Amino acid sequence: MAAADPNAAPAPPNDSTNHGLRVVVAWFVLSAIATPLVAIFVGHQIPPGNASAQGSEQVFDNTWMLSVITPVICLLVVFFVYGLGAFRATSDAVVDGPPLRNDSRIQVLWIVGTSVIVLFLAGFGTYELLQNGAGGGQGPHPIAVPSGSKFQVQVVAQQWQFTYRYPSLGGLESNQLYLPADTDVELHVTSLDAIHSFWAYELGVKADANPGVDNVVFVKTKGPGTFHVRCAELCGLWHAYMFNNGHVVDSGQFQAWAAKQQKLYAAIKPFMDKPESEGGAPYSKTYFPAPERRAG
Amino acid sequence: MRLGVKLLLVAVAVVAAGVMIGFYVSNLTTLAGSPSYALPVQNAAGGHPVVDLQIETVAAVGPKLSRNPDWVSYLVRDNGQWKRKTVWDLPAHATVHVTIYNFDGASGLRNPFLARPQGMDGNRILVDGKPTDAIDPNDASHTFAVPALGLILAVPGVPDSAKNPCGYAPCSVAKYDHRTIKFTFHTTTPGHFRWQCFVPCAAGWLDGFGGPMQTIGYMDGFLNVKA
Repeated sequence: MAAADPNAAPAPPNDSTNHGLRVVVAWFVLSAIATPLVAIFVGHQIPPGNASAQGSEQVFDNTWMLSVITPVICLLVVFFVYGLGAFRATSDAVVDGPPLRNDSRIQVLWIVGTSVIVLFLAGFGTYELLQNGAGGGQGPHPIAVPSGSKFQVQVVAQQWQFTYRYPSLGGLESNQLYLPADTDVELHVTSLDAIHSFWAYELGVKADANPGVDNVVFVKTKGPGTFHVRCAELCGLWHAYMFNNGHVVDSGQFQAWAAKQQKLYAAIKPFMDKPESEGGAPYSKTYFPAPERRAG
Repeated sequence: MRLGVKLLLVAVAVVAAGVMIGFYVSNLTTLAGSPSYALPVQNAAGGHPVVDLQIETVAAVGPKLSRNPDWVSYLVRDNGQWKRKTVWDLPAHATVHVTIYNFDGASGLRNPFLARPQGMDGNRILVDGKPTDAIDPNDASHTFAVPALGLILAVPGVPDSAKNPCGYAPCSVAKYDHRTIKFTFHTTTPGHFRWQCFVPCAAGWLDGFGGPMQTIGYMDGFLNVKA
């Protein structure tokens, strides 16, 4: 009979508690309480807001995704909190933990569960994206095109401000962005120099502004209001100051604003309508500005 | 090596790195920044503040005013001297009479729309004494623009045929060929408003928009509108 090793670690305590069941029960209870609370009280506060149909859809999408991941977060919280409490060392003695065993049921459950969640979110996101582009830039050949007529506005970025052109108003350009309320708008985003990004926050619109590229975005405005426009791509010294406010106004106000801008624009229109080779900028989907004589 | 000694060495290394980064940033800021200039304020009837802002634009700022003598720059008249200061303190709700003396040639605007003056009284500027609603975008030498105030105007350049162009700043109005632009605008509530040039006028830089276009103290600055 061999002598016992005096240096061997003490045997782990015999633990018959069903920790897994406890965690699952706690998880179910916490999820059942937290998920509806998150969906009801947190979801609608997620940006960007409800200034456009796309903005509202993004809030809805974010609420759904948050509701789906809430049980996942609950599982992590329960697991960690339970682990910290149930498996805390009670003495300074160095002992082995309980042996780890393979459990194919848990593995299958984990793989199936995570796969279902990821595939659901991928399918849900794709479906939502294909409705109308979800406020994102779709490039020059958009695939998610809402039906019906649309009011076109071109967004022209340059270092460091946005200007806006209205082809239906004779190519009128303005440094103010006014949009008619309750209207389907087709934005054409481009740049004259560096890479910028047009971010109309409350409208839920974000699209890269690249030189030589016509990046198309669709947005359906709701009632009158003001929204923030920012550049979302680091573009040089005044990137942080490249912002202004946009306005969604009713039809009468829009007509009045357009008339005022037309009057102002009349002085520069003859120069704008010249060919690009002569320094003009007739309305186009993209621009390749000439004046770089000193640019090196 | 004891743990305490190791921690001490790490702490010393972190502090040394921080000091070196601080020196680097400090030097960079000194190079890139601009001292502010508080414009003298006159009070018109009723105590309404009125300010006279005189600035000039030069093709090359020269060795007397900058470590980058070939950079294009704005200068401001401070007590009769042209200084390279582009951060200007102005009172709120003031009338600002601006005179720009341009000694530089034309570069042309990237966006011709900006050749239409806006945001000043009457949306009109005086070019060499003549009221102007728009200049030819090809003739634009620089712009003075404060986008947050909706103020923008393009400054026409000195013709290539000018007989007496100014080489290096400071450029004397009495001595060299120049264009004179005048307009009046009004400050609003207190704030920190950037101004900039929109003409790609930085010779030798990528797309004409590097160096002096990206450095406060040359073609960019602030209006510090104070209560």
